[in-house]
Amino acid sequence: MDAVAHAPAVEHGPSLRQRLASRGFDAVTLLVVPAAIFTLLLFVYPFAFGFVLSFEPKGGGDWLANYRRFFSDPFLYETIANTLRLAIPVTLVNLLLAVPIAFRVRLMRRQRLLTTILVLPITLGTVLVAEGLLNYLGPQGWFNRTLLTFGLISQPLKLVHNYWGVFASLVITGFPFTFLLTLSYVTGIDPALEQAAATLGASAWQRFRHVYLPLLMPGFAITFCLSFVQAFSVFPSAVLLGEPAGVTRVISIAAATAAFEEYDYSMASAIAMIMGFVQLAIVVVVLASRGLFYRGPASGAKG
Amino acid sequence: MIRDTTIGSKLWAAAIWATVGFFVVNLFAMIATVVTSSFATRWLGTWLPAGWTTRWYSSAWSEFQLWDVLVVTFQVIGAVVFISGALGVTAAYALARRDFPGKRLLVLLFLLPLLIPSMTFGIPLATVLYQTGLAGTFWGVVAANLVPTVPFVILVMIPFIEQIDPKIEAAARVFGANTFKLFVYVLLPLLLPGILAALLLVLVRTIAMFELTFLVAGPTSQTLVVALYYSVFAAGVRAVQSIDAMAVIYMVTTLIWLIIALRFVNPTQIVTRAKQQPAH
Repeated sequence: MDAVAHAPAVEHGPSLRQRLASRGFDAVTLLVVPAAIFTLLLFVYPFAFGFVLSFEPKGGGDWLANYRRFFSDPFLYETIANTLRLAIPVTLVNLLLAVPIAFRVRLMRRQRLLTTILVLPITLGTVLVAEGLLNYLGPQGWFNRTLLTFGLISQPLKLVHNYWGVFASLVITGFPFTFLLTLSYVTGIDPALEQAAATLGASAWQRFRHVYLPLLMPGFAITFCLSFVQAFSVFPSAVLLGEPAGVTRVISIAAATAAFEEYDYSMASAIAMIMGFVQLAIVVVVLASRGLFYRGPASGAKG
Repeated sequence: MIRDTTIGSKLWAAAIWATVGFFVVNLFAMIATVVTSSFATRWLGTWLPAGWTTRWYSSAWSEFQLWDVLVVTFQVIGAVVFISGALGVTAAYALARRDFPGKRLLVLLFLLPLLIPSMTFGIPLATVLYQTGLAGTFWGVVAANLVPTVPFVILVMIPFIEQIDPKIEAAARVFGANTFKLFVYVLLPLLLPGILAALLLVLVRTIAMFELTFLVAGPTSQTLVVALYYSVFAAGVRAVQSIDAMAVIYMVTTLIWLIIALRFVNPTQIVTRAKQQPAH
């Protein structure tokens, strides 16, 4: 607060309350305070607390001991590579499937049925999808049985308790998420732009490559980031459908093990910070590369 | 509307619909597997089970103490819905009606818990809750679940409040309504459809919220989805059909609310509100 606010000499000027109100602070603004305090207490404070705690190792040692342990123990640092090996291909597959399908679905009148079906796996959640896939993709499940009947394979494929089980579950829950986000970006582009290109003789591929793709690149980048961070923090399906001691020992399993089996919250916080940092690094790289593409109005008169 | 009539574009369209069909068929087959198995007497090495029974439901009900779990689940959800509604709607009102310095920062603060996966912030959050002794208790689970739901309600409600004409509120003020009366008699009736939609979405998301509940729940504060996780995790101890019966009970609980929610909201809202955010 500056000195003028308390100076009694200014008799005719507006009161502190009026001046605050003119900048947008009044009783109504105060309504935001409870939610802000709540988020600070239960979101920002735990993050700060975990960050500080990660530098105070449980077993003593200097402040970097947790991080040194993480990056010197292959059982721990390999979890980053394991997680990336799952998350990056899954995100790319989801996005590459979602884009052509979204372009087709945008022409449909009755999209609601399809979007409702796609919301199902998201609503049911990863635990139920894992339980369902354990039966469905198992050696006696309907999936293998169908392939055997058609003679496509001679013996059941091993699809659960390995990499592919987790991959399948991430596609089933991740694809609808990626698709619905992509659809919202694709339908946000003014169709007049495509019609103009078509009138000038552009083929379907040229319209996509030279009209839509540059306009959609920022949206795809955000979709990629959101889908990627979801896949990167995979937990229940990696335990239930994967090989939690082997190829699908992802970073969140390492963090949960440190917290709930070793009761080493300091180490668990350190792993959570590394997890957040890797996610942030990928997001920053993707969003920075977005700047290489066209930026400007894309929605025409719709605003 | 542009219509491509070449052979190539028709093949392309057919390939796309085949992919969509493949996905949807597998999704429904996966759900059907769980339902079929829960009614099966014995199901090994055949297309369909040897016989049908409903006894797995009664055995799952008693084995997993599902009544207690369901009561806890709905108490948690009730508390989460009520508190996130109270905190979220008031904050959304302030953010929709006032422009003040630091508003963008505040919106970012509310956006972060939705963008950061719950597993990443759940572990430090669980650490704090264990240190304060809240973890393992009912209120610990409620507090953890509120972290993403309060911002969710705020971001769903802001555009809804913005579309209500401020002149209506000004008129109420002119006739001498104080803030409380304005809220109860003017805003609440106008906002009710939006609040209902936001809270139904919170409800559906909270039933399926696994990670946060898993990280902070104790034996007496488990919700249905966490109980399901533990029973699948310990598979082999119980009959597969028993676990599947529990999965069906979970599915029915979720789907009832999803169907109710879909009467009021667009399905895409369940996924995210990212579209509402300006594309920077």
